[in-house]
Amino acid sequence: MKGRSIEPFFWSLFSSGGMLAALVLPALALALWVAIPLGWLQAPSHQNLVTLIGHPVTRFCLFGFIALASFHWGHRFRFTLYDGLQLKHLFGLIATICYGGATILTAVAAYVLWMF
Amino acid sequence: MNPEYRLHHPKWYRRKVPIFWWLSKWSYMKFILRELTSLAVVYAAVLLLLQVVAVSRGEEAYANFLAFLERPGVLAANILIILGLLFHAVTWFNLAPQALVLRLLGRRIPDRVVLLAHYLGWLTVSALIFGGLARL
Repeated sequence: MKGRSIEPFFWSLFSSGGMLAALVLPALALALWVAIPLGWLQAPSHQNLVTLIGHPVTRFCLFGFIALASFHWGHRFRFTLYDGLQLKHLFGLIATICYGGATILTAVAAYVLWMF
Repeated sequence: MNPEYRLHHPKWYRRKVPIFWWLSKWSYMKFILRELTSLAVVYAAVLLLLQVVAVSRGEEAYANFLAFLERPGVLAANILIILGLLFHAVTWFNLAPQALVLRLLGRRIPDRVVLLAHYLGWLTVSALIFGGLARL
């Protein structure tokens, strides 16, 4: 089968995205989207965030993280649909939607961070 | 991939499995919940990107975004997402010893050590994130 040779590539994206998400996201999400809205933590000032995100290294890290997280989702969700809903016969369509969605999100992230 | 794995072939005999097969047993349910954490991961990536967009649009857009995060519905949804992210992290690290077979001086590093290293790494990264954001 032709598609089989590219499988390890997608798996490596899935794997590194999953590892980064596991290490970073619980704390980041808890801080940004719970602790700050509830006032446990002071929201960073706009000026400080502009300085932080303005730095190329920060933007590169954000881009890498969002890209890998997207492909983590694309790969895992593809198999969730195959196994969970038994849609293996829609092989091509589901793979296109999942990896296509991940590619679009990666492109949007590249655009946003490039234009920042 | 499993060498036994075959693509769908209508001519072969296959036992019918109900679509909601994973509701029948808690371990199946946990498997599907674990797989569904990828939705929480991609949600977080999108929200992070939206926060960057808000910052880039200026002070007012950023203030509006912070106000949006304070809405009770949004906060509740985000807490649910964080539970999903935690489930992802715990299941991910717990599988690490099986995924990562490391050898040192010809001997396999015990599972407990690999597990502990991952949890210590998680703790360190989390502390750095909280510390960094508190100083910002």
